[in-house]
Amino acid sequence: MLKKSLAALALSAALWSGTSHAETISVFCAPTEFEICTNVANAWKEKTGNEAKINKMPALLDDAIPIYQQLLAAKSTDIDVLFLDVIWLGMFKNGLLDLKTTIPQADQDKHFASTLNAAKLDGHLVAMPAYMDVGLMFYRKDLLEKYGKPQPKTWDELAATAKEIQDKERAAGNGEMWGYAWQAKSYEGLTCDAIELIASNGGGTIISDDGKVTIDNPKAVEAIEKAKGWIGSISPEGTLNYDEEASRAVFESGNAVFHRNWPYVWGTSHKPGSAVIDKVGVMPLPVGSAGQKSSGCLGPMYYGVSKYSAKPAAATDFVNFITGPDMQKKRALQDAVNPSIPALYNDADVLATIPFLKDNQQAFADSAVRPSGYTGTSYNRVSQAFYRTVHDMLSGSGDVKSGLKSLAARLEKLKESR
Amino acid sequence: MSAKLARRDHRAAWLFLLPVLVVILLVAVWPLARTFYFAFTDAYLDDPSVYSIVWFDNFIEVLNDRSWWVAVRNTLVFTVISVAIETGLGLAIALLLNAAIPGRGLARAAILVPWAIPVVVATKMWEWMLNDQFGVINKILSGLGLVDHGIAWTASSSLIMGVVIFVDVWMTTPFMVLLILAGLQLISPEIFEAADVDGIPAWKRFWSITLPMLRPAIGVAVLFRVLDALRMFDLAYVLAASNENVMTVSIYARDRLISFQELGVGSAASTWVFLLVALVAIIIIGVLRLDRAAGT
Repeated sequence: MLKKSLAALALSAALWSGTSHAETISVFCAPTEFEICTNVANAWKEKTGNEAKINKMPALLDDAIPIYQQLLAAKSTDIDVLFLDVIWLGMFKNGLLDLKTTIPQADQDKHFASTLNAAKLDGHLVAMPAYMDVGLMFYRKDLLEKYGKPQPKTWDELAATAKEIQDKERAAGNGEMWGYAWQAKSYEGLTCDAIELIASNGGGTIISDDGKVTIDNPKAVEAIEKAKGWIGSISPEGTLNYDEEASRAVFESGNAVFHRNWPYVWGTSHKPGSAVIDKVGVMPLPVGSAGQKSSGCLGPMYYGVSKYSAKPAAATDFVNFITGPDMQKKRALQDAVNPSIPALYNDADVLATIPFLKDNQQAFADSAVRPSGYTGTSYNRVSQAFYRTVHDMLSGSGDVKSGLKSLAARLEKLKESR
Repeated sequence: MSAKLARRDHRAAWLFLLPVLVVILLVAVWPLARTFYFAFTDAYLDDPSVYSIVWFDNFIEVLNDRSWWVAVRNTLVFTVISVAIETGLGLAIALLLNAAIPGRGLARAAILVPWAIPVVVATKMWEWMLNDQFGVINKILSGLGLVDHGIAWTASSSLIMGVVIFVDVWMTTPFMVLLILAGLQLISPEIFEAADVDGIPAWKRFWSITLPMLRPAIGVAVLFRVLDALRMFDLAYVLAASNENVMTVSIYARDRLISFQELGVGSAASTWVFLLVALVAIIIIGVLRLDRAAGT
């Protein structure tokens, strides 16, 4: 009996060492992307025999920062692959493995050069692009058609159209209808929403690439005052505490004409449970005045490997796999997010799922970039000072003009990276 | 002989205490000492091994930050109002539950439910119930014809502190009830019987017998709650992230330490929080004379 089981053990050990050594790595994924991550992990297992365990991140992505912080500071081997926002790369660069030589150059070259370059810090490639994110305007094409309205080109047109349709819909008995759902909670997302309004009005992006604080200007004042007027008229007062998901709930329950969000809403608004399936249109964000650029906030996402991973080879392979063309296509088909690989923008299957994808290339080109490049490790405090100030202004306390002036003075002190 | 015995007793006592002391040293004294130490440095979280000593610069920087004083004001407002309401409600409910009413065992168990729900879950639950578009509270209000449009409870800067206090009261009143009820049951019924015999009216009995005898219990409960409220983080953070209108001192310290990675300044802010809590604890213990109440 004992002999038999010993023999079986020896045999299985021999088999074990004979096959390639299967490894299990641990991966972070956004909660809204759990499904696609699981699919990718399954495909990866089929291909390599290795397993990837998926860990859900907090719903407010910024809440992942302390988790990463702790794991990296403790040099933890518990986690191998990190999911990263572009604005975090500077913050975590010391904890991320250099992928420059371990991921084939040909694979790197498949991505948008600008997106890949944003992950090259101090000569290291700290992460690989997973997909592009840019602020887009979703709208109810059925309602625009019903009231014979064109796609608005400027924010003023959008506000006027929103107001008119909202009022008429309410008069027709749809009392819950609102004109415009967006995000103005006191959080990172408000930095995005506000920078879009200001940049598309010709008011710059808070701090210019060469480090000049530009936020104190009349165009920025005008843009914020405009948005302030929307709260309570075309946008519910709750907007002041809405993040992406809370505002999406308003739009997908059919209670908003316009909705500013990221490309993933195209996917979610066409899934069961949405009240607006096939009623949704999407366009680049409006501009402040004719001649300005539509300035969607640019937020590509990345995957990187922890420097303290015990299985760096497997983890790097997974990162290359999940950011590669096949998986990005899968992601585009399943969740309608925008790939970071230009070749996929001509892919027939992808275009069938995301018909507006080609227009998005223009949105990427015109996008507004948050000033994380210049501010580096100081980005978070710059952004917090900014979104808190804007939140104060939107909620009615504080004069916009003098507020931006004092904000500019504070940013002068906060802006320098270490 | 007896001296020898006493010495042996002492040695045994220390021996038994040793594991506890080691654990406290590891989990309380060591991290606290590290925080104090880092508060005097200009360290950053991404690489805490590189730093230099800056003495009291960090402490001064925190005091010069307008946000810090906003946080202090929010914390004090939250603490004073929420603990006051919780104490009043807790006392009232405890008195009710102490009366011999049928089914009070069930009522006692039921009242503990809010306290048993994790703060994050309870906060999320209230957040959705108070949602301006889909929230059940607004549905009820508009169903009763009290409001035209849902009230944005968590959006307006004046309402949000009220919401935080309300949710905290909902969550922690049971804790107050429990402690005060325990105090009530310690009061000997004979005193009340004697008062009854003497024909003392009910309110006088409450004022001159129940309240004084409850003082230690209420004092301890208030002390616990105040210390808890002063370091409140989860409720405000889950409800409103880093919204300045409900930012507590703990959220401020967390922002500096984690979001901005300023290990030095963040540690100084944490130290200020610690000193603030310690100061308030000393004042409460002094004012309520809890040490003497416990000693006699």
